[in-house]
Amino acid sequence: MSDQTVVVARHRTFSFSRLFAITTNTLTELTRLKVFYVLLVFALVLIGSSIFMAQFSFQQEFQILKDVSLGAMSIFTSLLAIVAAARLIPQDVEDRTIYTILAKPVPRLEYLLGKIAGVLLLLAISTLVMSAVFLFVLYAREQSVIQMTLRQMSGAPREQVDDALRAIRSSALNIDLFPGIIIIYLKASLLAALTLFVSTFATTNIFTIVVMAFIYFIGHLQATAREYWLHEHSSGWITRVFLAIVALLFPDLQAFNLVDDIVAGAAISIALFLKTAVLGIFYTAIYTLLAAFVFYGKEL
Amino acid sequence: MIRLVLVLLTLFAFGAIKLPVEQVIFAQHRQENLRGVEFNLDLREKLGQLGFIAALSGFRAIVADGLFIQAHVAWERTEWGRVLLLFRQITTLQPRAILFWDMAAWHMAWNASVAAMNDRTQPRLALRVKAQREYFALGKDFLERGIKNNPDRPHLYETLATVYKEKYKDHEHASALFAEASALPGAQSFDRRFSAYELSYCEGREREAYDRLRQLYNEGEKERLPTLITRLKFLENKLGIPQDQRIPDRAP
Repeated sequence: MSDQTVVVARHRTFSFSRLFAITTNTLTELTRLKVFYVLLVFALVLIGSSIFMAQFSFQQEFQILKDVSLGAMSIFTSLLAIVAAARLIPQDVEDRTIYTILAKPVPRLEYLLGKIAGVLLLLAISTLVMSAVFLFVLYAREQSVIQMTLRQMSGAPREQVDDALRAIRSSALNIDLFPGIIIIYLKASLLAALTLFVSTFATTNIFTIVVMAFIYFIGHLQATAREYWLHEHSSGWITRVFLAIVALLFPDLQAFNLVDDIVAGAAISIALFLKTAVLGIFYTAIYTLLAAFVFYGKEL
Repeated sequence: MIRLVLVLLTLFAFGAIKLPVEQVIFAQHRQENLRGVEFNLDLREKLGQLGFIAALSGFRAIVADGLFIQAHVAWERTEWGRVLLLFRQITTLQPRAILFWDMAAWHMAWNASVAAMNDRTQPRLALRVKAQREYFALGKDFLERGIKNNPDRPHLYETLATVYKEKYKDHEHASALFAEASALPGAQSFDRRFSAYELSYCEGREREAYDRLRQLYNEGEKERLPTLITRLKFLENKLGIPQDQRIPDRAP
């Protein structure tokens, strides 16, 4: 009896070690699905496009390389987020592991947080690896262009050579690319949390993925709907109600599309980056909490 | 059921909280010249269905690159109409990429205009000249719209100045544009010099040009380039500057 009392006293309502165990387990499960093969495809896309672009000038080549890399990074992380998060709960229900876990004194919130943390960790690893591959290819191309320029300008005055090298370096690696990559990760995190929320009331994986595909498109149009709703008062009430629903229920995914402009050479202010990052974290947190709320009422 | 209603209410409440934040971010995007693309029927017509959907999904940079590669192929085949059409689509999708405005203007004002002038299928010179001037105007139009979308970046001002200088022989406009470029951050060191050179060709503005060239000359050896000295000497003669105020002749 006294032993039982000790066990009860030791059990905490929230434990980081339990959370960590669920997170690592989720990450291991996802890794076993060979999701990292996506990274191989990414590397092939990058290397393939960089070979193909040899016929362009270095400015064009760097611009396209950055566009393709960051675009591919955005596609892969978004897809990974949706597909990985969509299968978390249904797969555990199918494998019956969810019953084993929840039969133990593990709160549902902890279970969900562990699951989403596993996906976020997977996304972080993927983003880091893709960024490393991208930066390596960009650096290699930059060095090759610099060597070629130095050979071609061997007899030119020092000032002209310096100008040429400055032009090459400024069109290759841009410090603004890093906030852009972080925003790509935050967008993927938001999508993962939203997918988890949808999956808590969805009956199948397919349903979750299809709903998320719709949300993805509508999310990119949300800003247009919101602006029209807030500033255009001449439309009928049905239209206005519809626009209000879109503006209020869906996330503004265009706010996270900064890389297009960053690659084009636009500088992103720290204030804008921080506001976007906070919005992304806020969305992720709210959707995760909502998922937990629905999950608590779910009959298993 | 109660849970579902509560979830919906929470989503609406969250929506009401996030709305002002999204509005602030949207306003800041506009202020920083981001999100320059309006998704409307005009863009849909220009891009076609697939391109429009891809652009809507947040992949407009990749769509623009795909079109740019198509434009490159069209240029190799000297299909100028297609080059023009594609660059209109590209610059609509990526208005912040100065490379695309620059390339579009170069293809129109330099490549297509020369091709129009050398068009053997058109025997009438007047029509060839007319076509050539139309391509100059198209190149100029791309650069003007590029500047409107990127008012803070000097490169397009420099290119437009070059169009005025080389294609229209309009030195006054060229000088003004080089001067505008020189006032922007990241401007090339030659912008100030080129502005003064161009001004030295303008009838009636010789004194102003002389003052500016002389000011550059006084800044030291770095600015004393052969063209600057030639233009300065030309103006000294034209304005009748006293011998003791003239710059010395260079040692042979």
